[in-house]
Amino acid sequence: MSVAEAFRPRQRGRVRAVLLELLRRPRAAFGLAVIALMVVCAVFAPWIMPHDPFAQSFDGLDLMGGPLPPGGAYPLGTDLLGRDLASRLILGTRTSLIIGVVANGTAVILGAGVGIAAGYFGGWTAAILMRFTDLMMAFPALLLAIVLAAIFQPSLMIVALVIAMVNWVQMSRVIYTETRSLAEREFIQVQRAIGSSPLRILGKHILPHLLSSIIVFGTLGISTTVLLEATLSFLGVGVQPPMPSWGNIIFENQTYFSTAPWLVFFPGLLIVLLALAFNLVGDALRDVLDPTLKGRHG
Amino acid sequence: MSGYLVRRLVESALILLGITFVTFVLLYLLPADPARQIAGRSATAETVASIRDQLGLNDPLLLQYVRYLGNLLQGDMGRSYLQRAEVADLIASRLPASLLLMVSAIVTELILGLTIGVIAALRRNRPADHGLMIFSFVSISAPQFVIGILLLYVFAVQLGWFPIGGYGTFAHLVLPSITLGFLGAGWYSRMMRSSMIDVLGQDFVRTARAKGLSKLRIITRHVMPNAILPIIAMIGIDIGLFMSGIVVVESVFGWPGIGQLAWQAIQRVDIPVIMGVTLVSATAIVLGNLIADLVAPLIDPRIKTK
Repeated sequence: MSVAEAFRPRQRGRVRAVLLELLRRPRAAFGLAVIALMVVCAVFAPWIMPHDPFAQSFDGLDLMGGPLPPGGAYPLGTDLLGRDLASRLILGTRTSLIIGVVANGTAVILGAGVGIAAGYFGGWTAAILMRFTDLMMAFPALLLAIVLAAIFQPSLMIVALVIAMVNWVQMSRVIYTETRSLAEREFIQVQRAIGSSPLRILGKHILPHLLSSIIVFGTLGISTTVLLEATLSFLGVGVQPPMPSWGNIIFENQTYFSTAPWLVFFPGLLIVLLALAFNLVGDALRDVLDPTLKGRHG
Repeated sequence: MSGYLVRRLVESALILLGITFVTFVLLYLLPADPARQIAGRSATAETVASIRDQLGLNDPLLLQYVRYLGNLLQGDMGRSYLQRAEVADLIASRLPASLLLMVSAIVTELILGLTIGVIAALRRNRPADHGLMIFSFVSISAPQFVIGILLLYVFAVQLGWFPIGGYGTFAHLVLPSITLGFLGAGWYSRMMRSSMIDVLGQDFVRTARAKGLSKLRIITRHVMPNAILPIIAMIGIDIGLFMSGIVVVESVFGWPGIGQLAWQAIQRVDIPVIMGVTLVSATAIVLGNLIADLVAPLIDPRIKTK
């Protein structure tokens, strides 16, 4: 019996089965390991950081006042203000994961909510909601995010919400299509005929069937979120310094990239690693949970 | 087909109308006061007030929107608050550079993506396939500014093969195109791989083999043309991805296109310019999707147009 068959709604131990199957695939196992490591860094940041990430010290700069290369007391070197890069990157893990969880969580709830409502109720509800998602899809996402970030002074939570506003559309399209085809199936028609309340049908009969799509696209969405946060912060409209984020560390130091490439290289590597990890896990989840789910996820 | 075409055209026009409205409301909400920006720091309150009046910023939102829409229909996108120029002219002067970059990026991503996809499919489940697919995962996980800065560091600063930024010669075009096309290359390689594997498993390929055709001939004449078809339709959708990408890529490489124009306008709250670029980008996205939808059934008659 394949794992896809084992993963039926309300079957015991399925989380374990899926996790074991993921660990058996080298790419997904690598992704899970990276995510686990990043979570540990984020949670235990205060104890792991070798220096104070906000302290600007004179011994963090060379004689000419430039940043120190990796090695010695500062394992990954220092930034333009003489702050320890390693400590800032570790604290930045927290920023990325908080944004990833909050922004993507909001996007998933919003997207799935809109998709389910439109798919189940159909008619005018669907027409209005889906035309609205068409509109959102036609917006250049980054421009929209930049304008939104400029309207609201960017704090960590505002950046997360801005990203959620831009990223929920994809999920809503997927869930809409699935809900619509589910709503036409006999077992749902039967529930309607015997007079079950919409809330009960949605919660007990439709949502469990949507769960694998929500998990797959939710996981892939974290990767999109991490990349968008990094890009916004790199453009200076995301997470604001001195609060470190991997994107704004590159933003702050980019003018020095030719003489101090580590200031771009290390944060860049971390952004790629985290986004890659969620992409690998999401892709494997798609295979494991539902082999019929295929498509281009932008 | 013609009914479908008309419906899609009407839909697209409505979406564009919606976009003008949403953009207008968003920019109305911006906390910065454009009148104060134009007047400068030392201006008196009266000057600022008179500029506000001149720009019609004291009128109700809806009136301002209708006036904007009316001008737009006459091809007038307004004047930049800060650069003394028409927005339409600013965009028109910047558009060729962006288009050049995008076309070049499409070529780059297709060459990279299709080559990788074909090799991976032919070496399915062998080390080369695994390696190439890991590369494609990395390429869809890497933010464009990181790719851009790293390419600049390695190929411009260290090796000196390409200029550090700017515009003008073919050498200037190479790094920005790779940066912009990198993400798409990842997507295309994965789609091409699975498309090739689908086609390789079909009966007509087996027949071709049975006829004793050479492997090269089967791959180039029978498999690849069929495998590429579903991918061509995707190019329209790429335009949408590029519209976000050029803001980053153009600002990293100092490429004088509309992405850079938008970025500068946002930093200085030059609202008419932001509106203009957003509208042009959205139009490109809507057109791209429209083309993708219209081309798909032409390429593959199995796709029905309802």
